Amino acid sequence: MLRAFGWLSFSALDELIGTLRRKKLRTLLTGLSVAWGTLMLVVLLGFGKGLENGIVYEFRDDAVNSIFAWTGLSSVPYAGRAPNRDIRFLNDDFAALRRSFPEIEHLSGRYWMWGEFSVRRGDKHSAFDVIGVHPDQRFLEKTLMTAGRYVNQRDLDERRKVAVIGSLVKATLFKNEEPLGQNIEIRGLAYRVVGVFEDEGGEAELRRIYVPITTTQLVYNDPGRIHTLGMTIGGADTRQSEAIERAAHRLLAERHQVSFDDARALRTQNNLTRFERISAVFRWVNGFVWFVGFGTLLSGMVSVSNIMLISVAERTREIGIRKALGATPFRLVGMILAEALLITAVAGYAGVVVGVGIVELAAEKLTDLAYVRQPSVSVGIALEATGLIVLAGALAGLFPALRAARVNPVVAMREE
Amino acid sequence: MSQIRLRRLNKSYGSGARELHVLKDVELTIEPGELVAIMGSSGSGKSTLLNVLGLLDDYDSGEYWLGDKLMRALPERLAARYRSEYIGFVFQSFNLLGFKTAQENVALPLYYRGVSRAKRNRLALEYLERVGLGARAHHLPAELSGGERQRVAVARALIGQPSLLLADEPTGALDTTTSDELMTLLEEIHRSGITMVIVTHEPDIAARTQRVIRFKDGRVLPGEAA
Repeated sequence: MLRAFGWLSFSALDELIGTLRRKKLRTLLTGLSVAWGTLMLVVLLGFGKGLENGIVYEFRDDAVNSIFAWTGLSSVPYAGRAPNRDIRFLNDDFAALRRSFPEIEHLSGRYWMWGEFSVRRGDKHSAFDVIGVHPDQRFLEKTLMTAGRYVNQRDLDERRKVAVIGSLVKATLFKNEEPLGQNIEIRGLAYRVVGVFEDEGGEAELRRIYVPITTTQLVYNDPGRIHTLGMTIGGADTRQSEAIERAAHRLLAERHQVSFDDARALRTQNNLTRFERISAVFRWVNGFVWFVGFGTLLSGMVSVSNIMLISVAERTREIGIRKALGATPFRLVGMILAEALLITAVAGYAGVVVGVGIVELAAEKLTDLAYVRQPSVSVGIALEATGLIVLAGALAGLFPALRAARVNPVVAMREE
Repeated sequence: MSQIRLRRLNKSYGSGARELHVLKDVELTIEPGELVAIMGSSGSGKSTLLNVLGLLDDYDSGEYWLGDKLMRALPERLAARYRSEYIGFVFQSFNLLGFKTAQENVALPLYYRGVSRAKRNRLALEYLERVGLGARAHHLPAELSGGERQRVAVARALIGQPSLLLADEPTGALDTTTSDELMTLLEEIHRSGITMVIVTHEPDIAARTQRVIRFKDGRVLPGEAA
């Protein structure tokens, strides 16, 4: 084994660099084509990653495996009922979903406090979205509690006037004061702040206030009313998720006596389906990126292989002499292979480094590009690219090396 | 035991009507420590014979015994090993690697034997000194005279301590004076006990060997192959 890798020894490397040095320009040009190949691959993969990040960002703030349902006016007659009925979710719908679908992990209704009003505390006041929710809403929105607690079941049962406020609400109404336990005034009623949250959904979501849905139903004198329903479905795959979406839709349509196909009366949206659809596009783009990058790398490989073939042809005499002096075919294969590997590895690595540099620079400069977010090259991709380079080098050197091994020393040394 | 023993050795190039029968039933014995010249006109097959002896070329039929080993249809790997262990070459055109210094050229056979660099370089210098070129160790072949280059080649042939030195027209590219000097060097080396076979067409060179084997049309002329 030690003998087999003899060409990896220090003196073998010396031998190698000597050869490459004699043909500086050629080595440089060959290296350039390999470097360009890996550079392209890395840059393309980096932007592929940016595209992926962009998609993930689009979905950042909601649970991906979520389904939402909302209502409107019925548009077609159904089961003897005239159209233009105002379809409304009620607490019973919430309960029916809970009962019928054990697959549903988190379920929440929402009631938007409507009308013109501002939220005040002392002399500070501003307009905020106030939404009545169930406790599970926290999971649907991926809300991150930074202080206190979220709305809980007892709040709902007792119709408490409590509020969970976003960090921007806190900044506006409390500045640096401690908000927990303090009162804020919403539509003339005092609510006690029990929690503060962060959300990745951006500023709009941080200007929200969540209160118990039963409280909003009470203060708007709108018993049992729910504006929209949202739910998440554990680890279901797309097919299961869509099946549950359809079944839930059917259940709600039946309860409200509307046609299943009446999209104006009752509509559901499956985030997973949307996510999958966009992910599929992304996978195609990613595949294309690999295809193009790999193609560029391949042309680099071919040029290395070509150069090595020329090199072997030129050095036929040298190879013949080496054979006469006791070089085994294996050592000669090793010699040529190592040359190809060295060129591809050094040039390829340089390409990776420059490529990473370009991607990093792009990530810094192109901050407001739609659909592309933080293009980056992960360690995994860098490793894959490096592996590819080594493989490419070995493949590029193989044919020239085998040709070198077949050189007939007598014929070779006769050449002048 | 003889150093070299050839029994009814045949070799042809090409095939069919264009077949060229180069070595015809060659019978030859060379004893250890002999200094032998092989003479013949060009095309007589003497270079082919040397290539067969040097394991650079295979043969079609017959037997070639090197010491107690039959050299027959050797895999390349084995031929390379035997070359490296038993045989040193000196060529008419020197066959030094132009991008390596004299010392590096001399050290090359040891590289293929897995000798460490420090040791190879030390030995290479030693052998260069033995052929009188210690001072030229770091010169490239292009900076040396023909005679000096051939002496570098001799040092390279000897560094592996072969039992057999094969020289193919070693003085072919040298003038008379340097030829003479080189022969003196080879004679000196021969006295250390090595078997030496010199292919030449110069009678002056052949005259300084112990035995001359004459070749004609691929055959050893009778009366001279002992």
